[in-house]
Amino acid sequence: MSHVLLEKTDHLSDTIFKYQKGKHVMATPSDLQLRAGGYEEGGLEGMEFEEGTRERILGIWNKHCGIEDSRMPTYEGDVQGFEVNTKLNAEVTKVEGEKGNFTLTLKSGETIRTETIVLAIGTQGNPNKLRCPGADHPNITPQLDDPEDHVDKNVIVVGTGDAGIENAMGLATDPALGNNVTILNRGTDFAKAKIKNATDLASADEEGHLKIAYRTSPAEVRDGEMVVETETGQEIIPFDMIITRIGSQPSRKFIESMGVEFTSEDRGAFPKLSAEFETTNEGIFVIGALAGYPLIKHCMNQGYDVVEYLATGNAVKPADEPLLEKVFASLPGNESVDHWLKVYQTQVGIFGGLSTLQMRELMLDSICSAFEPGEPIFRRDDPGSSLFAIAQGSVAVEVNPNNPSITVPIGQGSIFGEVGLISGRRRGATIRAAEDVVVVELSRKAALKLIKSSPEAEAEVTRISIERQILQIFGSGLTPDDIAPLVASAETQEIRAGETVITEGDDDKDLYICRIGSMKVEKQMDGKPVFLSLIPAGNFFGEMAVIDGSKRTSTVSASIKSEVIRLPGEGFLQLLDKKPQLRDRALEVMAERRRSNEEIENQNSKADNALGDFSGTAAFLFDQGMGEATDALLIDERLCIGCDNCEKACADSHDGLSRLDREAGKSFAYLHVPTSCRHCEHPHCMTDCPPNAIQRGSDGEVSINTETCIGCGNCKTYCPYGVINMEPVPPEKPNLLKWLMFGSGPGPGQASYSWRKENSEPNVAKKAVKCDMCAGIDGGPSCVRACPTGAAIRVAPDKFINFAKLTEDVED
Amino acid sequence: MASAANKRFKQDEERRNADHISFLKYRGYRWLWIALLLSIVSGLGYWLIDQEPRPNGGTWYGYTLGTIGVLLIVWLSLLGIRKRKISEGTWSLKAWTSAHIYLGLSLIVVGTLHTGFQIGWNVHTLAYFLMLIVIITGIYGVVVYAKLPKTLSANRKEMTRADMLEELSVTDRQLDSAAQPLDRAECDLVIGALGQDVFSGGAFGRLTGAYPGCKTARALSNISETGSDAQQSVHTLLTKRAAQLGQIRRHLRNKALLEVWLFIHIPATIALLAALLAHVVSVFFYW
Repeated sequence: MSHVLLEKTDHLSDTIFKYQKGKHVMATPSDLQLRAGGYEEGGLEGMEFEEGTRERILGIWNKHCGIEDSRMPTYEGDVQGFEVNTKLNAEVTKVEGEKGNFTLTLKSGETIRTETIVLAIGTQGNPNKLRCPGADHPNITPQLDDPEDHVDKNVIVVGTGDAGIENAMGLATDPALGNNVTILNRGTDFAKAKIKNATDLASADEEGHLKIAYRTSPAEVRDGEMVVETETGQEIIPFDMIITRIGSQPSRKFIESMGVEFTSEDRGAFPKLSAEFETTNEGIFVIGALAGYPLIKHCMNQGYDVVEYLATGNAVKPADEPLLEKVFASLPGNESVDHWLKVYQTQVGIFGGLSTLQMRELMLDSICSAFEPGEPIFRRDDPGSSLFAIAQGSVAVEVNPNNPSITVPIGQGSIFGEVGLISGRRRGATIRAAEDVVVVELSRKAALKLIKSSPEAEAEVTRISIERQILQIFGSGLTPDDIAPLVASAETQEIRAGETVITEGDDDKDLYICRIGSMKVEKQMDGKPVFLSLIPAGNFFGEMAVIDGSKRTSTVSASIKSEVIRLPGEGFLQLLDKKPQLRDRALEVMAERRRSNEEIENQNSKADNALGDFSGTAAFLFDQGMGEATDALLIDERLCIGCDNCEKACADSHDGLSRLDREAGKSFAYLHVPTSCRHCEHPHCMTDCPPNAIQRGSDGEVSINTETCIGCGNCKTYCPYGVINMEPVPPEKPNLLKWLMFGSGPGPGQASYSWRKENSEPNVAKKAVKCDMCAGIDGGPSCVRACPTGAAIRVAPDKFINFAKLTEDVED
Repeated sequence: MASAANKRFKQDEERRNADHISFLKYRGYRWLWIALLLSIVSGLGYWLIDQEPRPNGGTWYGYTLGTIGVLLIVWLSLLGIRKRKISEGTWSLKAWTSAHIYLGLSLIVVGTLHTGFQIGWNVHTLAYFLMLIVIITGIYGVVVYAKLPKTLSANRKEMTRADMLEELSVTDRQLDSAAQPLDRAECDLVIGALGQDVFSGGAFGRLTGAYPGCKTARALSNISETGSDAQQSVHTLLTKRAAQLGQIRRHLRNKALLEVWLFIHIPATIALLAALLAHVVSVFFYW
């Protein structure tokens, strides 16, 4: 095929060339076959690519193309030589014409005529800038060439994708460089990075090579210092250099000038592409990062596919085809992958902004399934944090638990399960297929990635979740149309732990819905804040001031990092005027809350300091992470005789290792929170589990699959409560009878370290061990069952943290 | 994929909603009422049924009470197994403890009536008295289980036993260097205190919390609080050490008081089972 390879710079593969020196280049996804030329190990056929250093890969590729570059070591092995017609230093400035007759003008003024153009220009051209004052500071750079050029510097890396992590590691892990590196992470996870990078970064942080600033984002860049916004307020970090690795935008204007359309107006949008990677201007093809897929292996495969298509006129099935076939295998009708991709993409609203490629990637990580009419997709109170989208058919939501015949439909193209995705709480209603229905289930991670990468999807999910949350909270009788104005005026706000949303005595008139996390309600009494109640995610608050126009009667603040939806009070009042049922319902809730608050307030006169104790205990429990717990072990120390039977039972129920430490942990007013898993709403341990071995099970337990656990210890690092241990599976003990009769073995409970070591096979790998709420064990958690005095209780904090339970007196 | 409705959810919800009810109050004193009923019925039977020639373990009513008694004793002694055998199922040790206590107490009535108040120097009476020893130590156990946990918790101050010892060893290191400038006699006092086994004092000390031979206390009373800088700092450290020792000793005392009765309760139970076997075999052998 007659061709010319145009390259702007004086070397090939500029993206990899610009990687820092010695960088290890990955070849993910590992299960994807590389098809560029049918390469076989040692076969010397086709183009080679496997993970290795930047130098090795570029050396091989240069050899493929017959290019000598003194900056790269020459590869010693044999590779197939290609006759690639390469033109370096050839920046294209203008493209004109149409399919079959394009004219390219180069910077030198030279013109080239061609029938077809393949754009593999990536998105590096246009790096994103910080969105804060001072973003143009001269010491901010979007790239790092050689980390060894930088010595004894304070460096801030912004962005936790692969590039940011690799730069931070390059600068920090060699102590000889003496750099002081801080990497900012807006959240707590590294969803955009490869797993290995995220793991390495976390361990570098643990070893003190660098510092990860979680939940931190830039607020302002000044000379020599950056002001950052953290959970607890603003902080200042000094810097000599800031590296921004926060992505880049395609050189959109240039590409649009060729007559290529993009999927949307959004900055992050990609060109519209056919399944053969052809743009809207026929004859121009786009592959690689510009097509929406930044991985090298994909880009190579796509290049192969496009050339093959041009040569033969027949589309080649993409390399991930067999994987996708598996994903779609359970759908009816034996339809092709293309058919289902098209159905999902055209039918499901939130997939609208995705390119075919992104679509393929997304579906690879998802579960596609079909349900028959009446079949449940999930049930009320099932745990689950995945998101569903309907491609065909519709589902019915059983809104009333007492009467399954009352249902609300959700139609084709829409989504469901978003409340679980956002709040981490159990499913709020049973959802069944209303007719034959085809859905896709996106894991929480995939859904979050989708929301992050597609602004349309984000807006849609937010809108729907607000709408549903309002409908769910205010009960039946409302339709999406009724609340449309309210939804349109709703705003979501992130609230830091401890930050106040409503202040007692204020005159504002907004209604709030707690979307993520939980809120605590407090009232000033005798100059001290008294805890009144806990508002878990999925509930509204602030209704009193809105309805009766009074001042705020209590202060509401976030017990953990939370997110609320703010609804303007006026819009809510208008809705109340239109819907008398809603008014009744709201008044009912209000009256109930008033009554319970008054009850608590009245306690002050009755019992000495009961209220103080209660507030203190509540505050203590929040400090211990109860605001995000779903099922936590508490010990009433008025009953605990310290026999440690709970620990022994725990060990004997699970391979001989105890997952709880009774004595450790804090106590307040005789309530003890031992070191044991709280089964958080959004488990911190799940943040970065490379083999995805941590899952929330059917009883709501967060458990680790010991089969797939690789023992990396990430979960242990992420858990703020120290409940995960890394332990090898201990040897089996002689049974109880043998111990009772003959004293053989270590007896009930966790065997001593020395006994385990002595009796164990050598080199048993350490794995992560934590409470799984005795999943699969009939009778439930054995710590509770094995407590002789009733001191050990496992509770749901949102039900337990109330006046009646916290001040309850157990008799002695 | 969404799972089917799970069986355990209801049970778990009940548990998560639970209040903290103690072993004594379990299910509205269910076992207390059952035990009272058993005692009253046994008593009424003893009073109303005409036993010929006189109330005795050998009448039909005596055998009935004896059978109930022996079954109860065997079942009650199985608590030791139940506690250690963490099998599946919806049992709760709290319920077992509750039943153990109240049914055990009812044995006083059932067992005594079974004797027909015939006491003598024989294996039958031995079994009866062993039973009473087990029950009396058990009553002590119930009292300390109900009273001591609060004290144990308050004394612990969120520290584990390992924490307490760790803190003590920190103080010891500080004392060791702070005592360097002191004169020979005072040094010896400090060395003596540091060298003394924290746990010395034997069972008596453990249970009473009195440690008359405590060398830390002796050093404290012999090193001036108002002397040289070195003396003052050693005095301060010794005061701290004494407080730490006090906490550890109170902890040990509480734990010992919570456990000491078991050293009688359990062996007496084993002896009781043996005596009971002898009693039953002999009764049937000589029948």
